[in-house]
Parts: sequence; C-alpha cells; structure tokens
Amino acid sequence: MSKKEYSFYPGCSSQKGASASNYQVSVDSMCDVLDIKLNEIPDWNCCSASIGYAGGGVLPRLALSARNMALSEQAHGDQDIVATCAACWLATRETKERLLHDEALMKDTNEALAAGGLKVEAKQNVRHMVEVLIEDFGYDGLAKNVKKPLDGIKIAGYVGCQTNRPFGIAGESFENPKYLDKLIETMGAEPVENYDKKVSCCGGALIFSEPEKSHALIKDIIEAAYDGGADMIVTPCPVCQLNVEAYQDQINAKYKTKFNMPVVYYSQLMSVAYGKSGKEAGLDGQVIAARKLEEIAGK
Amino acid sequence: MSTMNQAKVEKYRNDFLKEVTANVEEGEWVKMCMQCGVCAGSCPFGPYWEHPPQEIFMMIRAGKREEVLTSTSMWMCTSCYNCIARCPRELPITHIMHGLAHYADRLGLAPKNQPTRKFANLFWNNLTKKGRANELKLGIALYFMNGFIEGIKTALKMQKMGLNMFKTKRLSPMELLGGHGIKDTGGLHAILKKAREIELANAEKFNG
Repeated sequence: MSKKEYSFYPGCSSQKGASASNYQVSVDSMCDVLDIKLNEIPDWNCCSASIGYAGGGVLPRLALSARNMALSEQAHGDQDIVATCAACWLATRETKERLLHDEALMKDTNEALAAGGLKVEAKQNVRHMVEVLIEDFGYDGLAKNVKKPLDGIKIAGYVGCQTNRPFGIAGESFENPKYLDKLIETMGAEPVENYDKKVSCCGGALIFSEPEKSHALIKDIIEAAYDGGADMIVTPCPVCQLNVEAYQDQINAKYKTKFNMPVVYYSQLMSVAYGKSGKEAGLDGQVIAARKLEEIAGK
Repeated sequence: MSTMNQAKVEKYRNDFLKEVTANVEEGEWVKMCMQCGVCAGSCPFGPYWEHPPQEIFMMIRAGKREEVLTSTSMWMCTSCYNCIARCPRELPITHIMHGLAHYADRLGLAPKNQPTRKFANLFWNNLTKKGRANELKLGIALYFMNGFIEGIKTALKMQKMGLNMFKTKRLSPMELLGGHGIKDTGGLHAILKKAREIELANAEKFNG
C-alpha cells in the first residue's frame, strides 16, 4: 500500500512536555506501522478548545481555527486535515461547516484573516484520526498489522463526548457508538460489553473550575469499568484520558474507593499490538501503569 | 453598570429576545424551544443549574434580562453536546449557552466569582498570548485565581498530581520560561483584534 499523507493538526496537549505528549508518541508509532505521513500544519495555533468562548466570542474563536485551515491550505491544501485531539477536531470541523453554510460569516472571517495576511476557503475535509483508521484502512486493514494480539486483556471503550457529539464518527450512533469496541477487538483484546458510561461526560475543562462536580462524574466512569470487569479503559480524547486517569488519588481520598485503573489511548493499544516497545507506545507516560500492556510489549 | 450594558439596555428596552438574537451566538434559535426539558435531563451537571436551559429560554422570551445574564447557569456547561444531540427541535443549545456566558461576561454582568467564568478567561488570555496553551502557567494561574492563601492550599492539594505529571513528562518546568508558542504572534493578534471589531460592529448593525 502506498504512503498516505495528511495535513496534521497536533494541538497544544500533544507537544513535548504537555499533558498528552504520550498520545503523540504512540500516534507516531502507529503511523509508522501503517505507513502514514503526518505533515504538521506550519505555525498552527490553539483552537481555544471548549472553554475559549468566554473570552473569545464567536468570530475570534472561529478565526483561530480558520487561521489553522488557511495555513493548511497553503502548505498541503490537497490533503485532508487530521486531528488527534477531540477538541481540536471538533473546533476545526465546526468552523469549516459554519463557514461553508454562512456566506456572511465566511466574508467576515476572511476579513479578519486578511489582517494577518491570510485567506481561507475551508474546502479540506477535517477528520479525526479514528476516522482515518476506520475509513481509509478499515478494521481488516488494521488487523493485518497485528503482531502481538492483546490476548487476555479486557478493556472498557470510553468514547466520551467530543469525538461523538455533535458530529460523531460517520455511521455511528450518538448513544452507543461501536467503533472503539471494534478497534479493541481488532487488536485482539476483549471489549467490555454494554459499558454503561461509554458516552458519559468526564467534566471536560470544568475539572479545573468545578473539580468536585467533575470527580463525581469520573467516579461513575471508572466504577462502571470495574463493574464490567475491565483491566483498563481506552479513549480517543486527551481530556478524557487526563481526567479519568490523573485524579484517581483524589477520588479515592474523597469516596474511599480503591481505584487504580489504567487509562490509555487507542493508539497505545495499536502500537503495542503492532509490536512496538512500551516506550514507543508512550506507556512510560502513564500515571497509572498499564501493566498488562507493558507485559505484552516486553515479550 | 458597564457602558456597553447601559447602551444595550437603552437600545433594546424591553425586548430581551431581540437583544439575544442580535448579540448572542445562535441566539436566533431561542424562540424555537418547545420546553420539553430533554436538555436539562441530559446534562451531566443538570442538578447544579440554577435554571436549566429550557427555563433560560423561557426567561429570555419573558424579558428576564437581569436574571438570565447574572445567572451561574450557563457556566455549568461542560460542552458535552448531549443537549444538541438530543434536542427534538435541533437547537444548538451548547452554543447558545456559550454565547450567553460570553455576552454576560462582556457586559460585566456575569457573577464575578463564578469559577468557570474566571478559568475560561484565564484560558483565553493564556492561549492568545503566544498562540498556544501553556498548561503549566494556566495551572498556576488557576490555583491562585481565588487569592494567594487559597492558591497555596490548592497547590498543596494538587501537589501529588502535579508531581505525577512531571514524572511522566506530561508537564514541563520549561513552560515557565517562555514555553511553546507560534512564530507569527503579531499576525494572530491582528486577526483576533479584527475579528472582535467585526463582531461588535455586526451586533450594532443588527435591526431584525
């Protein structure tokens, strides 16, 4: 199969020393096996995520994503834009759709961009990495590269919110998307069936401003994974990953629970199943070690 | 009362629905709500809303300007998009809540100590400064947003988590010294300034 190229929007959390830097490590390893070339959008900026609205307003907020699209058009306009972060993908895709459906907004946005010497057409597709995997490779295509099936690991596929709503992955339902379970199966692991909190919210950015309320949501997400017999949780979203993994100490202290549930990215499962080392799969970035994955990676 | 707030009060008089339509993101959808309450029942923070979304929509139509704009309600939105996915009338509720929060903040009516209001503004200022979010500076600003003593307490409470993030190289002390950013900050700032100008001018021009 020939090399597939995409215009890549990595996002702030993927950077070196940032909260999802291990996600990026595993994405690079996964793409290496799949012969994917990610061409980083030059000088990309923050999308302002789901919390930028208060200071931003509509047009400044959309202008952030429009700037990224404009830079992508200049550098690799014939490629699809691909994001690995749920919020990056959502903000960029929302901007594209709003610009294409509203001529006045397109005009205003271009007037703003012109102040920075840019212009946007917003014609490129904006896709999440899991769409690339499912649509451009397919489960069978992804299965072909499995060298070490993840035998004996039971995994709760936690889809969360922003890769699922309001756009979602094509062909999937909002209430019970199946793609993550299918990916888990494709890698040789066992998905938790009917994982109760599959599409529940982890509190998102409000973990910072409303920690207590968010901890209550996260507690339920982890508890449901234990109820389903999960060894670990897998997610496609950097905020879900951080919120569900990193606050377990605080949740344990508050609720007298004994949670110690690893939370990994789909790309980490795939990197290990594809024969990469634990380090290449970003497993050294786990706050709660994913021992069962480490064991397979070390074999 | 801020100058802008005074100007809006005079311009719209008692027509708050019209004011929302002109000034709030997706505000033209407010009149479409049929009061079913599916949004309230779908919200992960549902129990904490002073007024759930359908109530906010009805209050806008009833002209309860002050009560809506000073409410903590829309600051409870986690951006999970459940309400959008489930609304039978397909109102972009998440966006309307973001829009109301932004408008209340811009007018100076949003509750001063509402934590999400404070955090959201910290975040915007953080990311626009260098074009990319600086997670360490944001975290520190967050701890201290309620004053120095509270900040020390929060920092101590969060110490273990912070250390975990440093140990796993998912938080870098280097971020304090400059940190990540884009090259063309000048261009970005010019774009954002222009976008803000256009947005304010459009609201002024609206006569619907």
